[in-house]
Amino acid sequence: MLKERLKIFVNGRYYEIDVDPRITLVEFLRNELGLTGTKEGCGYGVCGACTVILQGKAVKSCLLLALHAMNKEVLTIEGMREGDNLHPLQEAFLNNMAVQCGFCSPGMILSAKALLDENSDPSEEEIRYAIVGNLCRCGGYVKIVDAILKCAEERRRDIGT
Amino acid sequence: MMQCFNFLRPESTEEACTLIAKFGDSAKIIAGGQSLLVLLKQRLISPQYLINIKDLKELDYINYDEKFGIRIGALTTHRSIETSPVVKKRFSVLSEVERNLASVQIRNWGTIGGNICHADPASDIVPPLISLDARVKVKSLLAIREIPLHNLFKDYYETTLRVDELVTEICIPDVQNGTGVAYSKFSLRRFDMAVAGVAVSITINLADRICKDIRIIVGGVSAVPRRVFESENAMRGNNLAENLIREAAMVASEEVDPVADVHFSRKYKREIVKILVRDVITQAIQKASGI
Repeated sequence: MLKERLKIFVNGRYYEIDVDPRITLVEFLRNELGLTGTKEGCGYGVCGACTVILQGKAVKSCLLLALHAMNKEVLTIEGMREGDNLHPLQEAFLNNMAVQCGFCSPGMILSAKALLDENSDPSEEEIRYAIVGNLCRCGGYVKIVDAILKCAEERRRDIGT
Repeated sequence: MMQCFNFLRPESTEEACTLIAKFGDSAKIIAGGQSLLVLLKQRLISPQYLINIKDLKELDYINYDEKFGIRIGALTTHRSIETSPVVKKRFSVLSEVERNLASVQIRNWGTIGGNICHADPASDIVPPLISLDARVKVKSLLAIREIPLHNLFKDYYETTLRVDELVTEICIPDVQNGTGVAYSKFSLRRFDMAVAGVAVSITINLADRICKDIRIIVGGVSAVPRRVFESENAMRGNNLAENLIREAAMVASEEVDPVADVHFSRKYKREIVKILVRDVITQAIQKASGI
């Protein structure tokens, strides 16, 4: 079997790496790039722990072949921070104690980011819809939804809308 | 891990057709792969060639025109359909169905053509499309043909497509005034696959409340989506009284041939179908009446 050259941008960096065509995007991120912030839970597109942002949209990286991301741009949890600071969503998760065991957090935060990028003023229901594909087995949904709501509020206040 | 395959990336629909004609049964087409990757990981299928068509921009579009209705490219994502203003306005049932289909991540990457060709009997989008009288455009190197979507399904996860054919477009005629279309499913959680799903398109004469035409499609309970003609016949031409709807629902529940599974018996599934048909006919009538 032939390896294929994957050309991909991850967190703003360009990579060209020969990959086995069978590997999924999450396997590529974790095993080839060492970006282990993205978690693989079920591997069947149910739990959402592997959520990353591809071309601005949240996707489940266990259900994409790495080669699906050819010439595309991926954002993982490692690319969220802004300089030395955490991303406001990461801050909001910490401040609202929305992280318990932490396994779902990277995926939750990326789903939340994709939502807020599209909709700066989501209702609680819209937030719940946006994270339908992200399971939290600690059952911490209330604080997660709160964190996203508060983050959206603060960002709107900061930019004066 | 999946078994070895060669990953091919055609740059046009034409080239994709050339490749599937060349490799036939040893190849599998992959679009978003939201269903196919599961089958590959479980080694339920092991193609030698995977032909990736996800990047063919030419098959990603939603075009509307009053005369022909809507044309949706096979590689349009669920999310694009869900958020399309023209779909929301003219085919609101599709926006509603898409909103409750899996999760936003899956809808962002999964395509309507992929969903249809996967031929999962529990597909949420297929019954409403059939109720809307959708047709699919099918292309091979030799010809392009258009077939009613209903005729695409053969058995569980099997279509009537020939190995060298590719679905390129879904065409849906415009919905006329006086027609209402609704879909509802029964599932363990709202976003899960349907245990049973029912779509109804009904055209009523608003003056005398007569059912002029109706299509009722039941998905999820058997190998292919089932149009329940006897139940439709019970409705057609009659006055829309509540007991008529109950009667049609009863007929539908006996007309389907559910398969028992680990969760639900045949009898239970018939009961679900009965209740869904009753409720969805009622919803469709409300939509047709502009309520």
